Amino acid sequence: MTDVHHPHDPVDLAPGDEDEGRIGPRLIGYVIGLGLALLLTATSFFVAGTDLVWQPSIPVAIIVLAIAQMGVHLVFFLHITTGADNTNNVLALAFGILIVVLVIGGSLWIMANLNHNMMPMDQLMKMQR
Amino acid sequence: MSVATATPDLHQVHGLEGTDNPGPAPKRIVTGYGFWIFILSDMVMFSCFFAAFAVLSGETAGGPHGAELFNLKNVAIETGCLLLSSFTCGMASIAADLRNRFWFQVAMAVTCALGLAFLWIEFHEFADLVARGAGPSRSAFLSAFFTLVGCHGLHVSAGVLWLLTMMAQVFAKGFRADIQRRILCFALFWHALDIIWVAVFSVVYLLGSGA
Repeated sequence: MTDVHHPHDPVDLAPGDEDEGRIGPRLIGYVIGLGLALLLTATSFFVAGTDLVWQPSIPVAIIVLAIAQMGVHLVFFLHITTGADNTNNVLALAFGILIVVLVIGGSLWIMANLNHNMMPMDQLMKMQR
Repeated sequence: MSVATATPDLHQVHGLEGTDNPGPAPKRIVTGYGFWIFILSDMVMFSCFFAAFAVLSGETAGGPHGAELFNLKNVAIETGCLLLSSFTCGMASIAADLRNRFWFQVAMAVTCALGLAFLWIEFHEFADLVARGAGPSRSAFLSAFFTLVGCHGLHVSAGVLWLLTMMAQVFAKGFRADIQRRILCFALFWHALDIIWVAVFSVVYLLGSGA
């Protein structure tokens, strides 16, 4: 293994590293990322506190905005892109997302199912007495 | 990892010239990739806390709901701190790649100040909740809340300590290759914490105060 980093070799990219050598485009990337993140955050907070939109849609809107903002962070701050030099990083991320979705979705599904099928807790306590 | 011509000397040593085996990847990529795997495992751990919180968010045991407890103005300030600190951390990465000590230290100092401001607000929020009798032992909802948000706060605290270490190491040793790899890993860690905070403020605070 070499200790030296050659930014212009056609090699893989470490996660967080950028292909670009010059400052200008890199700086603009961070500025765009910050702008988009602030915009999405402001929209989230606005939607949460407003009664201008149909109320039952608010939780869905907040979750969609959060996922969009995570995508913005991944692309503009962590530089996880679809480029050929990024395949390994994207595959690891995809596996991570699979596990996260299984854990969260599975927990919510199972617990909602149990809540639906089980007797309310106070009646259960009476039966045990 | 496909490396085309990164280590020609190694190829000659092993008689690998002209074959399809490109040899080992540069150490920076191996280190960064390994740390990326750690971050993903950390996110899996957080997903367990999120799942616990989502399941328990209604179980208040007659105690206060999120809507009565959370101050969204504070949360907005905390979010602003973390977003800006992610940006300044990116500036520090650029300065490190350019080997510019002055701007690296400035950007890291600003990142540190914003991280400490975040921790300060969060600490006061927790102290206020406990003082109002809404500590982690009050209900399952509050246990899950303190575990999830506190775990993120502990990560930020560790990140601030790491940040100060990197400032000291760059000050004492300069931009050696191993220091550069540590800066890369730190930047990954800090940006990843910001991603987790996006989930925290959306799921815990915004959804919690609406429901």
